[in-house]
Amino acid sequence: MSPLFLIFILLALSSAAYFFSQRRMLRQTRDANITRLNSLPEHFGMLGAIWAGAPALLVYFLWLIFEGDILMGQVLAILPDAESMAATRELLIGDIRNAINNPISYQMASEEVRMAADRYRELSQTASIALAAACLSVFAICSALVLKFLTPRVRARIQIEKFVRGFLLLCSTLAIFTTIGIVLSVLFEASRFFQTVPITEFLFGLDWSPQMAIREDQVGSSGAFGAVPLFVGTLLISFVAMLVAAPIGLMSAIYLSEYAPSKVRTAAKPLLEILAGVPTVVYGFFAAIVVSPALRGFGATIGLDVASESALAAGLVMGIMIIPFVSSLSDDVIAAVPQAMRDGSLGMGATHSETMRRVILPAALPGIIGGLLLAISRAIGETMIVVMAAGLSANLTANPLEAVTTVTVQIVTLLVGDQEFDSPKTLAAFALGLTLFFVTLVLNFIALYVVRKYREQYE
Amino acid sequence: MDTTEALDMPIPDQLEETVISGKKDIDLTTVGDYTTENPRMKIRDVNVFYGAKQAVFDVNLDIGSNSVVSMIGPSGCGKTTLLRCLNRMNDTIDGCRVEGRVEMDGKNVYARKVDPVLLRARVGMVFQKPNPFPKSIFDNVAYGPRIHGLVRDRTDLEEIVHTSLERAGLLDEVKDRLDQPGTGLSGGQQQRLCIARAIAVSPEVILMDEPCSALDPIATARIEELIGELRKNFSIAIVTHSMQQAARVSQRTAYFHLGYLVEVGPTKDIFTMPKHQLTEEYITGRFG
Repeated sequence: MSPLFLIFILLALSSAAYFFSQRRMLRQTRDANITRLNSLPEHFGMLGAIWAGAPALLVYFLWLIFEGDILMGQVLAILPDAESMAATRELLIGDIRNAINNPISYQMASEEVRMAADRYRELSQTASIALAAACLSVFAICSALVLKFLTPRVRARIQIEKFVRGFLLLCSTLAIFTTIGIVLSVLFEASRFFQTVPITEFLFGLDWSPQMAIREDQVGSSGAFGAVPLFVGTLLISFVAMLVAAPIGLMSAIYLSEYAPSKVRTAAKPLLEILAGVPTVVYGFFAAIVVSPALRGFGATIGLDVASESALAAGLVMGIMIIPFVSSLSDDVIAAVPQAMRDGSLGMGATHSETMRRVILPAALPGIIGGLLLAISRAIGETMIVVMAAGLSANLTANPLEAVTTVTVQIVTLLVGDQEFDSPKTLAAFALGLTLFFVTLVLNFIALYVVRKYREQYE
Repeated sequence: MDTTEALDMPIPDQLEETVISGKKDIDLTTVGDYTTENPRMKIRDVNVFYGAKQAVFDVNLDIGSNSVVSMIGPSGCGKTTLLRCLNRMNDTIDGCRVEGRVEMDGKNVYARKVDPVLLRARVGMVFQKPNPFPKSIFDNVAYGPRIHGLVRDRTDLEEIVHTSLERAGLLDEVKDRLDQPGTGLSGGQQQRLCIARAIAVSPEVILMDEPCSALDPIATARIEELIGELRKNFSIAIVTHSMQQAARVSQRTAYFHLGYLVEVGPTKDIFTMPKHQLTEEYITGRFG
């Protein structure tokens, strides 16, 4: 019985338990002449389904999570001289996994590995039968308990509330632990990178050329991992983007929230949302195919030498991408300024724009700055546009007409294609990722703090 | 025009304005003399609509020079709406439409060429909830003079700020901390700051929309005292829910009901011998 089939059976059984418990409760109350139940019959049904089904499902998922490790442990134990291979254990496991999943690898594998793979398959088949048996018997036992303990005296409604709370807690715990897991794995891989390349070289080195000789005899550089050109490139593009997005986004927010008649507002807001909904890859080829050549052509006519993949093009398009983000955040904070401020200023005989400039913007400024910081952190983390439009060469330059590269672009290029997983070149991606994560985290943290501070002011 | 006659002998087309109030049909035609000697502003046949809903019906009322007229009446009777017509603050509300004339110096402020921005410099307003700007006390008061270019240099500005604060009775309390934020003052001080802000541009009329409803009795007493002082230099219209306040601060009182101006007259007359049944019921506390 395949595990997938098993889960359907378990779910079907649980639903059966639902209807059964519900019916049974109605029958019991009728027989015992109980006029008032403490919960609805549906509550008893649900509780019956949960009591009967949840333990079996728990067993099922726990097994799925740990199956691989347990089985592999068994397989390795039967291999001869497993002890001596401790050093290459990881490699061996990898080989066995390949042999199991891929017939061609199996053909090419060594005798030992093939044996292990066969053994693994055998075990896995036995295990799935054992799992089915275990789950079904757990279900049977629990159903018996339901029969015995699910009486009209049970406060089913309260019990279900407890279960719901536990389930929600489980979900949020999963989300949190996943995040922690990702951070730890990036941290771990990055620390491996910093064992080969000193952190000071990474953070302050001016030369970035991550090509490493993979084989001993390969012609190639030994690699240089000074990330400053990437940081500068990222900042340059983000700067250009913010130069576009901050004024346009802010002004359009001001227009929409303060000046526009409600008809215009209802039409224009969804349009801006559409702009926010364009996939970044579309912006990317827009940048690469339309904006870059146009800039290059324009540069040529006024005698400027614009690279075909310039920071300017990528920054401009990224700015356009961020406009709705800036605009909707600014709109929120401007709308949060109390109407009394506007009335006060207009009542003094100030015009709309004077009110805006002298009262509303100063009042909303902290919130707007918070919004801009969030926008910057988005610009820094943005990948697709820069991959397509910003170029790959790590120039250390502040000239937006030249090609630069960014942290995200380098992460992509480092990890695309065949990679050796423990070479500094690949690990560098994790170090870059960690840096990126850290910078955006700090930016978001400051921004959210500022925005929250601002909200408190008026609540 | 003597509208008292209307109560005794309603002429046919005025009968149509009769609406059902409570159990009885009550005539809502204005009782009393809505004019005054030496008026600063005149409201003539004003109707105000919010979309399709009419909030103010055919109101006529004068705002006298150097006197206080108070507008009283139950909630939703249109008194705040009418007050906001006087400096065209209703323009900022979507869907609000004003018909009729509001005259200042014989000119209709709703005429096409009148700029509401300039009008509001002449007709200042103090709001229900104190709304100082999140700026320093000094900048709050200096706001109007700055935007209207009333001062040439810093000395002039400081003088205006000081006189305004003094006239608002706030100077002694804040003169050592003019650079502190205005939002840090107490509620009563904030409201007096708003009054100082309003008088800093030397308006001719000051509109007050329940200026004491967010304040404690002591702060209220100070503001009322202040209104008595301000009357010497300004014309004041005040909306209030407190009949005692109306009796204390105003020379004339107008009673509104369901958007109609029901009775208007000298304050002492309104409170001692109201002519209209609704006014009497309201001031004696039988409804409202």
